[in-house]
Amino acid sequence: MTTEAGSETEVKENAEEKSAVQLDQSEKTTEGTQEVAATEGEERQTEKEKEKEGKGITRYLPTWFKKQKSQSQTSPTKEVPPTEEPTIKVSQEEAHIPEVNGHAEEVEEKEAVGPQQQQVKEKESHSNASADTEPAGEGKVESAQKSLEGTEETTKEGAKEEKKKEEVEKEGGQGQTFIFQSPLRLVRKNKMKLVVCHVTLLDGSDFTCEVEKRAKGLFLFFKVCEHLNLLEKDYFGLTYKDHHEQKCWLDSTKEIKRQIRSNNWQFAFNVKFYPPDPSLLSEDITRYLLCLQLREDVASGRLPCSFVTHALLGSYTLQAELGDYEPDQPRPLDYISQLTFAPNQSKEMEEKILELHKSHKGMTPAQADCQFLENAKKLSMYGVDLHHAKDCEGVDIMLGVCANGLLVYKDRLRINRFAWPKILKISYKRNNFYIKIRPGETEQFESTVGFKLQNHRSAKRLWKVCVENHSFFRLNAAEQPTKARFLTLGSKFRYSGRTQNQTRLASTLIDRPAPAFERTSSKRISRSLDGAPMISITDTSREAENGREPHLELHSDSKVKEADLSPGSVEATPAQDHDKTQEEVLKHQASVSELKRSFMEAPPPSPPQLNLWEKRLTSSPAMATRVQQQTVVPETEASAAAAANGDAKEPAKTTEVEIEETVVVQEISKAPKAAEELQTQEVKDRDGAGLQKKHESVSSESESDEEAEYHPNVSVSISHTQIPEEKEEEEAEEEQGKKEKLTAASSPVEPEQAAAAVEEEEKQSSKEEEKKEVSTEEPMMTPDEASNGITSREEAASVAAEEEELPKVNGETSVVEARPQVICCSEPPVVKTEMVTISDTFAAQKTEIATKEVPIVHTETKTITYEAAQLDGSGDGEPGVLMTAQTITSESLCTTTTTHITKTLKGGLSETRIEKRIVITGDCDIDHDQALAQAIKEAKEQHPDMSVTRVVVHKETELAEEDD
Amino acid sequence: MAGLMAGFGRYTHAIVRGTPESLAKGALRSSQAEVDVTIAQREHDAYVHVLRTTLGLEILELPADETLPDCVFVEDAAVVCGDTALITRPGAESRRGETEAMKGALKELNLNVVEMTDESATLEGGDVLFTGREFFVGLSKRTNQRGAEILADAFKDYAVSTVPVSEGLHLKSFCSMGGPGLIIIGSSEPAQKALKIMQQMSDHRYDKLTVPDDLAANCIYMNLPNKGHVLLHCTSEEFPESVKVFEKLKDHMLIPVSNMEKRKVDGALTCCSVLINKKANN
Repeated sequence: MTTEAGSETEVKENAEEKSAVQLDQSEKTTEGTQEVAATEGEERQTEKEKEKEGKGITRYLPTWFKKQKSQSQTSPTKEVPPTEEPTIKVSQEEAHIPEVNGHAEEVEEKEAVGPQQQQVKEKESHSNASADTEPAGEGKVESAQKSLEGTEETTKEGAKEEKKKEEVEKEGGQGQTFIFQSPLRLVRKNKMKLVVCHVTLLDGSDFTCEVEKRAKGLFLFFKVCEHLNLLEKDYFGLTYKDHHEQKCWLDSTKEIKRQIRSNNWQFAFNVKFYPPDPSLLSEDITRYLLCLQLREDVASGRLPCSFVTHALLGSYTLQAELGDYEPDQPRPLDYISQLTFAPNQSKEMEEKILELHKSHKGMTPAQADCQFLENAKKLSMYGVDLHHAKDCEGVDIMLGVCANGLLVYKDRLRINRFAWPKILKISYKRNNFYIKIRPGETEQFESTVGFKLQNHRSAKRLWKVCVENHSFFRLNAAEQPTKARFLTLGSKFRYSGRTQNQTRLASTLIDRPAPAFERTSSKRISRSLDGAPMISITDTSREAENGREPHLELHSDSKVKEADLSPGSVEATPAQDHDKTQEEVLKHQASVSELKRSFMEAPPPSPPQLNLWEKRLTSSPAMATRVQQQTVVPETEASAAAAANGDAKEPAKTTEVEIEETVVVQEISKAPKAAEELQTQEVKDRDGAGLQKKHESVSSESESDEEAEYHPNVSVSISHTQIPEEKEEEEAEEEQGKKEKLTAASSPVEPEQAAAAVEEEEKQSSKEEEKKEVSTEEPMMTPDEASNGITSREEAASVAAEEEELPKVNGETSVVEARPQVICCSEPPVVKTEMVTISDTFAAQKTEIATKEVPIVHTETKTITYEAAQLDGSGDGEPGVLMTAQTITSESLCTTTTTHITKTLKGGLSETRIEKRIVITGDCDIDHDQALAQAIKEAKEQHPDMSVTRVVVHKETELAEEDD
Repeated sequence: MAGLMAGFGRYTHAIVRGTPESLAKGALRSSQAEVDVTIAQREHDAYVHVLRTTLGLEILELPADETLPDCVFVEDAAVVCGDTALITRPGAESRRGETEAMKGALKELNLNVVEMTDESATLEGGDVLFTGREFFVGLSKRTNQRGAEILADAFKDYAVSTVPVSEGLHLKSFCSMGGPGLIIIGSSEPAQKALKIMQQMSDHRYDKLTVPDDLAANCIYMNLPNKGHVLLHCTSEEFPESVKVFEKLKDHMLIPVSNMEKRKVDGALTCCSVLINKKANN
């Protein structure tokens, strides 16, 4: 990294240390460190433990013990043999935190022999903690099972364990795929009524299983994944048909019964998030399932492609299913006609498919699948989930949700695109769907674009899909739902699963022999090992950061390196002749393309056929999406929108994050009255929190709500670091603060008035800022903490309760951090740095940052002296101490730090310095100048009382290529 | 890799067409300029010479048609991508006849020829920017939404985004590709605005090369075996400042091609050929 980066890191560390020292009651920081250490230790031990599980437990003990300690109130530190007590306790906790369950799968790692419950819980918290590499699935299975039986008597457990072990052994190397997360599952002591579920799998077969009537979606999903022997399950989901025959995704956190149409326990297993680069998937079986989905997508016309591409994809399908073309007994054309490759399959196409098939000779099924995916992923509609809508003028359009954002189509033409970083808020109300757009460089205000969906349900469905896609592809970890929301009546829906980042990390740790699986038509056993591409973790992380697709790393070297660097991580997979194989494939590819070209010269493709596009879209003249300039401040938007609809105002909820590039905006202000302000606000906040709680319980089942909002945490860069997320959360919190205020102001008032009140709110927000600082102070700000913005304020009253829930997330963070470091070492990012000193902050915006490939650092120096501080702020801080020093660090490829420092000076003066580090992920269309300008502008808006004193732009330009 | 989006800029054939005498009087133009057909023809010959001799493309030269004064600008009559050729329906009525000869030539080359039969659709090749990964179609006086839709239909693998072209004749009157992922763009406000739109609409990242003169931004990029990146651009007599920018492209083989006369009738470099990638000798 650059010198810049280096120093930043130091700073981070310092800050961390500092804060850790100062706020040692909040063991969270420390915890993190411990965790890291623990993880590494575990990794080292993994192998041994494999051999002897029993021992492993004891080894873990110290770790867990420590952890337990740090969690203080959470659960009593227990010794090895888990007694019933802890178990119960844990499960209770879990009950509190259903969201965490989403991550639960993390359990995959580690054997949980000892205090399993606790372990399980902790594992979950790691989320990315994937650091632990458990070779065989044994540990997982055990822990999973354990958790399943969480409520059962401990005494039984011993026996059960053994039983399980045996089972595992029977299963051979295959390992157990799935894990039950105790929290999610609703395993009750008393057995419930069972129902039979039918799940249509991707190969068209039917899977039947029994679940308890009150089981949650996740339970069934895991059952299916187990049946499929699928580990990388986060890309998939279950669908059901609602009362209106619309396909909906089964919410894994909710009871199935409450989602489906009365007593129709019929589901389909589908790809939910199409990985932008399937070559990054770890296992062939995952790719195979993705292929099955795509074949169906292509054949049905959902994924439109040209004649040539149809033929090419079809030929790879044949190769994967049938193996080499056999000249002796040429497959009769009529056999092929029985397979569907395209919506309107012609004889010519079949002939071409056959001809191309001949050229794939020697390709293994796994290679053929890879080639299939390599081609399919480049199709423009790959992974785009289309929804019918109308623009404000009533013109039919399609909204496409995908990994990169929201696409607007009219008659198959792309007429607009909103990349996730451009979207500030996603909301729906009745049958209207709104996105709030970050203002462009020339615009002054945010704008809101509205679309009309067919009905309320479809608006909500679209909204959910957006929330999930955004979370999956853009966040490092899923947002904690609703906890921090205040007075909300809307849907509390949030994505609860693992994000792509997390799942990628997790899958790099999959260490099982490639599972054998049968391909549908041929029933041939997949020769999955040959030609399976190796994936370099490093690359993944690197490129993912910019939202670009990492490329396949053909060498096993990188992996080995990686393995070396991360202690105890997966042993390097047995080296195979990947280079050779891949080379052959490439050569082969060249010839294929030639062939394809040459025979495309022959007969023309069948005439354009009616496919989904035609079916769905009707042509209509010029369309325009309504873009209404909002003169109100962001937070009021919600109420404004509500007003527009003549409805009760719904306050904006959750977080709003404004900026996404690495921009640090430091603000310094002297706020003389901060202390008083703070206290007042705190009170308010507490009230708010209380209110919120009430509401939560009220609205817990309010899935049918008329509207909801979601503020994409855009700032999160997709990297392996938790940091960006933290920052985001933090900002979120700030926003939260504002919103609360707003809400308070607006709820009793009429919407119009609310709008008027906004300005004031804005002004207050800066104070809010400070207040927030104070309130968050006591526990060293960790992401989770931040995310619980409101809650943390509440903490004064109930710190204990808080802590019970938080530690998990903390663990997650710290562990995650560990990994990026490793990655860093293995592949130092190549970044050139250029230092430029500019006196005027705003001049910086005008410079040519964007066009230069060199990172530029603008610095305006202003020295701030902190005097010996004296406490006077909110209750928990210690006198004369730094009130808040929150630092979020990331060692990943892009270094990120967010520091909030609030110092209390004598005489009730408080000085708040906010260092904002905004990570702008390198989405292709980001205008750096603009983003920077925007960042500064927003920072100023957010804190009108403060002044921007320093702007540092650190730009990392990725040298990676985009695949052509 | 085979399949989609392979080998951007690789061409084996070029279709060109002779310059009719009627160009001087009959060709459509946005200015009042006088055109010397002899000079125009000489320029065209030099252009074809570069394609054939310098770059080694196989040239299919259609004879000039005096009834079609604009027929030298073959680009507008067809859009070829991969093995598919879309015969357009030019927005200028006087140019509709140009597609006949073009269709014949493309069929001769064994391309999959798709015709635009919809009477409401108009599309000229000058409004179609293919980046190697996707299409941008300028909605201009000559090209409408329906035309763009038909193009999207013909090339289903690719995203097709529309870009409003408020000034200038065509989308490619102020931009063109300068390499894989590199867009050459004029510095005028409308050009920059169009670029912004394209960048916003795309899932891919494009670098930009801004040249002072919009008209100089129309270049021909190729990636040829044994030659690597090739860029045909304006001469320094025409746009000295812009040429200086091109000269910064160190990896490109730069070939200045004079286009003084045809520019008077809004003809740009790309207008004068349809480039095709086929296996040679087929």
